[in-house]
Amino acid sequence: MNFLDQLLSHAPALLVAIPLLGAFLTPLIGRVNDKLRNIFVIGILGFTGILVILLAQQIFASGPITYVFGSLDPYVGKETVIRILFEIDALSIFMAMIAIVLSFSAALYSWAYMEKNTGLDKYYSLLLLLTVGMLGMVLTGDMFNFFVFLEITSIASCALIAFYINKVKSVEAGFKYIVVSTIGALFVLMAIALLYGQYDALNIAKLADSITFSFVDKIALVLLIAALAMKGGIVPMHMWLPDAYSRAPASVSLILIGTTQAGLYGVFRVLFTLYGNVITLPTISMGWALVILGLLTMLVGVIMALIQIDFKRLIAYGAIAELGYMFLGVGTCLTILANPDITLAQAPFAFEALKGGLFHVFNDALDVGLLFMVAGAVYYATKETSLNRLGGLARNMKYTTIFFIIGLLAISGIPPMNGFASKLLIYESTYQLNPILSIIAILSSIMLLAIFIKVFHAAFLGPKLPQFDTVKEVPRSMLLAMGFIAAFIIIFGLFPDLIVNTIVDPAANALIDNAGYMRWLIGG
Amino acid sequence: MLDMFLQTFDTGNGFWNPIVWIVAFVVIFLIVVIIRGFGNKNYKKGTGQTKAFLSGNQEYEKTQMHVKASNLYWGWTESMKWVIDGLKKMHTGNVSDYVLWFVVVMGILLLCVGLI
Repeated sequence: MNFLDQLLSHAPALLVAIPLLGAFLTPLIGRVNDKLRNIFVIGILGFTGILVILLAQQIFASGPITYVFGSLDPYVGKETVIRILFEIDALSIFMAMIAIVLSFSAALYSWAYMEKNTGLDKYYSLLLLLTVGMLGMVLTGDMFNFFVFLEITSIASCALIAFYINKVKSVEAGFKYIVVSTIGALFVLMAIALLYGQYDALNIAKLADSITFSFVDKIALVLLIAALAMKGGIVPMHMWLPDAYSRAPASVSLILIGTTQAGLYGVFRVLFTLYGNVITLPTISMGWALVILGLLTMLVGVIMALIQIDFKRLIAYGAIAELGYMFLGVGTCLTILANPDITLAQAPFAFEALKGGLFHVFNDALDVGLLFMVAGAVYYATKETSLNRLGGLARNMKYTTIFFIIGLLAISGIPPMNGFASKLLIYESTYQLNPILSIIAILSSIMLLAIFIKVFHAAFLGPKLPQFDTVKEVPRSMLLAMGFIAAFIIIFGLFPDLIVNTIVDPAANALIDNAGYMRWLIGG
Repeated sequence: MLDMFLQTFDTGNGFWNPIVWIVAFVVIFLIVVIIRGFGNKNYKKGTGQTKAFLSGNQEYEKTQMHVKASNLYWGWTESMKWVIDGLKKMHTGNVSDYVLWFVVVMGILLLCVGLI
């Protein structure tokens, strides 16, 4: 076995271990030199990114991977041994890709953006811990382990949101976030305890095989979905999101997108995998619940975004609206799956809806991420976030303006950007479930376009304002980070077929193939 | 290899090819430029032809003429005031209310799974 094979065989553990070790080493390296610390953090995330790509290649080529921490044999006699499994299928690695792209861009962007702040050793440590939490959440196959990583994510996020401790509103946003996150996590823990009490197991596949949809199972399902949807910022549990996103540093807002999406991943995993066996029981109308929550999320998101005058708060509401599309796509698929009278082969649009929803998860991370970075760049250059006081910045910040236009077109689903491809899948498939769903989705996209044109006009167009006469373009590291994300947006937009076939289709198949997930784990 | 990148994206019920769209866009753009070339060439920069006409009123300083963000879509926000006011009321900024909404959603989901 050569070095690369050795590395790959332990890649699942290394994906968490490397950033975790990096998080504890960062303050030590920071004592030597600030630049060295920044290079170290970017290097750690870059290396983790390479591992994700190598692992993804392996998973897409030869199927899911199980990595065991502890005993290889799940039983000693009749007793179950304590061990933790990382169960990495195409969906897990798809989510890991999103997390690492966001983390890497955030670290790159932070180099110049956070340069003038103090406490950066702690900042970078927390950034790496947040990455650990996100990766752990999407890679683990153990419910309690999922809860532990959820907590790591929550604590690191809270500290990062309240990073500007001299600003009251940042601290308040951090406080709100930790209250909401802790309550959510408490309910997740309660649900896990209910399942553990019934089935004496924490492994997702083992639980999925055992669940009978008893009274207690139903309670556990509701607790898990509500708590994870709150973490995912779904309306009407979204209110913490604009507070947190708008008050955190822009680089943190970028990575927070990953944490909300890890929450959504939890919702999808619970519904399709954990409760996948009982999905066709007539008492479950979770599919429609997801669809309605998705529609509400879209509509409330766009209406609230339209009336905002704070740049970052407006983007945060736009991000909420985008989350609705994912719920709509995935909910449409679940509605068909839950209908015992229709098979997936009879309604192929359901699978297209799922693909659209998942593709939109990646696209949303890129589009909203880029827009947050642009908002951060504008703040960096002008020290202003009010759209009423901004204007004429396109004259001094040409590259930032171009990146904003790319983000604007992408989030509004304008061709040929990436947002169009995933939204097209969602529009077409939801139309077949009910045309009204599609109409509302298209209407929301039109409103998103109107919202971001307002931002474009208010901040970038118009005459050069005297107070911004001396404004200059932002430093190269920030432009590089924005360019990195913009390149993804353009590539995903120009070659949607390649992206969908390579990474989205396997992820959707992994999510839908509940029997395969259990066969692979329990049978293996 | 090139084929892999140029594949038309099959959406299940339709298709989408961004490369064809871009080519079409460029062709249309060129046609527009050509038609524009046939236009009137009497335009003179820096003369009265370029001044804004505001129904005979004096033109403001350029910095004063920039429409601010809160003035955009004024008509729409006025006509939708009843919805917007309702949503604003819902967004209290009070973390206790955030938790209350969580409880409400849990109640609705309990209905969905047939427990209530």
